Amino acid sequence: MAKEKKLRVRKHTVVLNRSAGGDFGIFFFLAIMGIFMFIPMYYTVIQALKPLDELWAFPPKFYVTAPTLKNFKDLFRLMNTSWVPFSRYLFNTVVITVGGTFGNLFLSSLASYVLSKMYFPGKKWMFKLVETSLMFNAVAASIANFIIMSALGWVDTLWAIIIPAWGSTLGLYLMKNFMDSSVSDAVLESARLDGASELYTFWHIAMPMVKPAWLTLIVYSFQGLWNTGSTIYIYSEQLKTFSYAIGQILAGGIVRAGAGAASAVVMMIVPIIVFVISQSNIIETMATSGMKD
Amino acid sequence: MSDKVAQTAAVQPKKRAVSRKDMSKLRWTLKEMKNNWVAYVMLAPYYIIFLTFTIIPVFVSFGLGFTSFNMIEAPVWIGMDNYARLFLDDDIFILACQNTLIFAAVTGPVSYILSFVIAWFINELPPKLRALVTLVFYAPNISGSVYMIWQVAFSSDSYGWVNGQLLNLGLIDTPILFFQDANYVMPLCIVVALWTSLGTAFLAFIAGLQTIDKSMFEAGAVDGIKNRWQELWYITLPSMKQQLMFGAVMSITGAFGFGGIVDALAGNPSVDYCAWTIMHHLNDYGGARFETGYACAIATILFIIMIGSNKLVQILLSKVGQ
Repeated sequence: MAKEKKLRVRKHTVVLNRSAGGDFGIFFFLAIMGIFMFIPMYYTVIQALKPLDELWAFPPKFYVTAPTLKNFKDLFRLMNTSWVPFSRYLFNTVVITVGGTFGNLFLSSLASYVLSKMYFPGKKWMFKLVETSLMFNAVAASIANFIIMSALGWVDTLWAIIIPAWGSTLGLYLMKNFMDSSVSDAVLESARLDGASELYTFWHIAMPMVKPAWLTLIVYSFQGLWNTGSTIYIYSEQLKTFSYAIGQILAGGIVRAGAGAASAVVMMIVPIIVFVISQSNIIETMATSGMKD
Repeated sequence: MSDKVAQTAAVQPKKRAVSRKDMSKLRWTLKEMKNNWVAYVMLAPYYIIFLTFTIIPVFVSFGLGFTSFNMIEAPVWIGMDNYARLFLDDDIFILACQNTLIFAAVTGPVSYILSFVIAWFINELPPKLRALVTLVFYAPNISGSVYMIWQVAFSSDSYGWVNGQLLNLGLIDTPILFFQDANYVMPLCIVVALWTSLGTAFLAFIAGLQTIDKSMFEAGAVDGIKNRWQELWYITLPSMKQQLMFGAVMSITGAFGFGGIVDALAGNPSVDYCAWTIMHHLNDYGGARFETGYACAIATILFIIMIGSNKLVQILLSKVGQ
């Protein structure tokens, strides 16, 4: 009897809250926005697949009749004939991305464990400071950072990009919040009572419980570092990144229109694949991203 | 401050004979610090790097903002001269301020609201479809320099898609120079910025919406909530206030940081400085002219604007659902 009543209420809710007009409006809005978001991506891929005569057809077509991979071949030819070998740019980006991400992962998880699960004077304001730093864009600090880099002697070395990445704030923030809600104090306490060191508790008990958070941190760090373009800290051509070199081809204008689009496809494919693989973990982490007052 | 700390510390049971009241606050704090030295050691590597490259630059900028400094000779204290020059003598800075505020005032709120509305709309889709739609909306944000395609589509010859179609339909006789015409540069850059702006806030909203307890909506319906808009205001928004706060911070920070898009699309400097932002001004004086002191004053103003708008929005958001 009671169950029946509950069911009726639920049905009632659906009828009341979801008008057909509203559903249609939402669908319409999502469709328009989805098309707006998707078309530039689609157009990039189409441009990359167009043979030369279609690239310069008038009026420009929104589809490709004779798709070709020639643009990608052109791109690799351009890469091979560039002054600095392209493998060098790619190597720099891989070094930055891997070095920056792993350092960031290790130091941030260690720090978020401390800020979330240990007690010591100064803990509150230390995290507050990290939270506040999310409020300003790092670009504003670039001039002062340049002064600091030159004092450290890191100008024009890859350290200037890798080391600051180790102290980036968003990953720590997300991880600390995730630890707050998904690692129970009781489990850690019992490990401590058994005589486990803090480092052991961190690595063997807390870390396995926050897998979604460290995957998210890896993805964020990866995306940021993979897209590192030209910065004021690095001026030697040999130390510039893949994204910078791709940008040079992209900026090549008319002569390289096809190769430019191909390079954009190469550039976007990696972060998109990474996101597709990790999406559910990222969403799980974001569920605890809220900012407490 | 130290009172609070002492309270937090006192929560942790420790073997000790003396109680908090036996000694002064300072001594208690020092004792707690000594007992928990492991925490500081574990935190140190991250925190030292964080301080060096995120917090100290703010203070360095603030300090050097009062000096004349060119990176080679020692800084010379000149008081408020830099700020006087910025506001009284630098027309381009005033223009940059206007542009930055227009950019931020449009892209910040619009991207924030779009992030939320889209997340809210796709919340009821089946999980597989939702994941796909999420990818479509989020992809431009992570695809690096793909926004350059807008320059191809809006390029100033008949091979640009937009000009091509307009010429073909006979609406115009000569191609429009979209990225060389001051009338078009700002709106186009804003559109492109919005296109790339469904980022972290968007994901946080999707996640936040899924954590809301479904039984709240049923209870709400019983209590007389009539449509989805009331449901939004009385149940959904208040239940995800923390996500809303976090999303706001992400959107605002993003809204002040897309000088790169303008450079890539409209060139640097953009025609007649029509899309010149504070960020450009900063890089111009700091990177190209080596007037580092002056650039630091600009950076300080930028910090104040960013933190100020964040605080303002947080006050506004605390009113949600009340």
